Amino acid sequence: MNLTLKIWRQNGSSDKGRMVTYRVDDVSPDMSFLEMLDVLNERLILEGDDPVAFDHDCREGICGMCGMVINGVAHGEQKLTTTCQLHMRHFKDGDTITIEPWRAAAFPVVKDLVVDRSAFDRIIQAGGFVSVPTGSAPEAHSVPVPKADADAAFDAATCIGCGACVAACPNGSASLFTAAKITHLSLLPQGQPERESRARAMVEQMDAEGFGGCTNTGECTAVCPKGIPFDTIARMNADYLKAASK
Amino acid sequence: MAVTGAVLVLFLIAHMLGNLKIFLGADSFNHYAEWLRTVGSPALPNRTVLTITEIVLVVCVVLHMWAAVSLARRAAKARPVKYAAKRKSQANGYATHTMRYGGVIIVLFVIWHLLDMTFGTVNPEGGDATPYARMIAGFQPDRWWVALFYLVAMVMVGFHLRHGLWSAFQTLGLTRRPRVRSTLQTTAVAVSAVLVIGFVSAPVCILIGVVK
Repeated sequence: MNLTLKIWRQNGSSDKGRMVTYRVDDVSPDMSFLEMLDVLNERLILEGDDPVAFDHDCREGICGMCGMVINGVAHGEQKLTTTCQLHMRHFKDGDTITIEPWRAAAFPVVKDLVVDRSAFDRIIQAGGFVSVPTGSAPEAHSVPVPKADADAAFDAATCIGCGACVAACPNGSASLFTAAKITHLSLLPQGQPERESRARAMVEQMDAEGFGGCTNTGECTAVCPKGIPFDTIARMNADYLKAASK
Repeated sequence: MAVTGAVLVLFLIAHMLGNLKIFLGADSFNHYAEWLRTVGSPALPNRTVLTITEIVLVVCVVLHMWAAVSLARRAAKARPVKYAAKRKSQANGYATHTMRYGGVIIVLFVIWHLLDMTFGTVNPEGGDATPYARMIAGFQPDRWWVALFYLVAMVMVGFHLRHGLWSAFQTLGLTRRPRVRSTLQTTAVAVSAVLVIGFVSAPVCILIGVVK
């Protein structure tokens, strides 16, 4: 396949940035999207040009490092798929593909397609943990957890923190990420003591980072590569309202 | 957004039911309008209930708009650099994306509607005519564009409620189970459709001469 790529190039956070057009020839449909960019980068290096910077790590869809907006959709149009697991067979020969970084004030561009997602780390630091005394693991059966709760908590815990929810949200809100992190703890017995203070601290940190407000558009959950359920946002709202009304 | 919206939805349901009295004839409709002003009398002075309702509605509309404007401003600040590619909605939520401009259309409509039916400023019969006469005169075929404006505005209200109704429950944290949310979304479609049909029926029937 021969493709035309329009890629956002930005040399550092102070650069203004611009879209640059590249041609990539002889792309195999079996390549992943990132492998296709690797091919482009190898050529750019051989030609003495600056390769396109993009984040990646595991390349098997579980680390949350990769992510770019492909033709206006975070991680591309393939559902439940990270950019590294998106394969070129979903594109056609001769396609023009627009590739942009996540766009959010809270995610400043570091270079090209790499954004700084430290804002997510600070939201976790604000309350995304359970303060338990360390020591040997307790007997698993000493605290029973209903199966339905365990499943829902696990669904929320599959969030890899890639930031696609923020990129897709028309409001630039980080509600789905924050809600997933709040939900996977608030459904389990271990998360109960700090349940309300956690919701309050994490929501306040999310707002302080400059993310937008949630208007329940559902764009986040539609692009989420892990399919984090929309209901998590209702759980976050419920915990936050309970904390705020005290 | 959720709480003020809920109050406005309750008002819309009452308003729609009141409107349907037009099909029971002039006496019924005018009597209903009179009752709205004298309800609670003689224990309460005339217009007590109506004035309280008006104040609550104005407060709700202002707060609802304030919330919408602050959300829109936060959204603009949260994404200073826009995407180059046109973003396709992945959530299939057409109504969701009409909320902001739809809200503006609804406000413009409400202003016209008050000038037309409440104050009679832009109504051919003027403010001194009976409510029934104002309603009939307002939607005559030679003023077809008024009826059309009402129709467009009501469709906008329908879209607004299709998203707003269930969204309010989500904001208040009441949709924690997927089944509850899908039931509410279906209910939102049904309630919006009933309200739009209820509101549109009177202008359309007057326009085509069924109600005279």
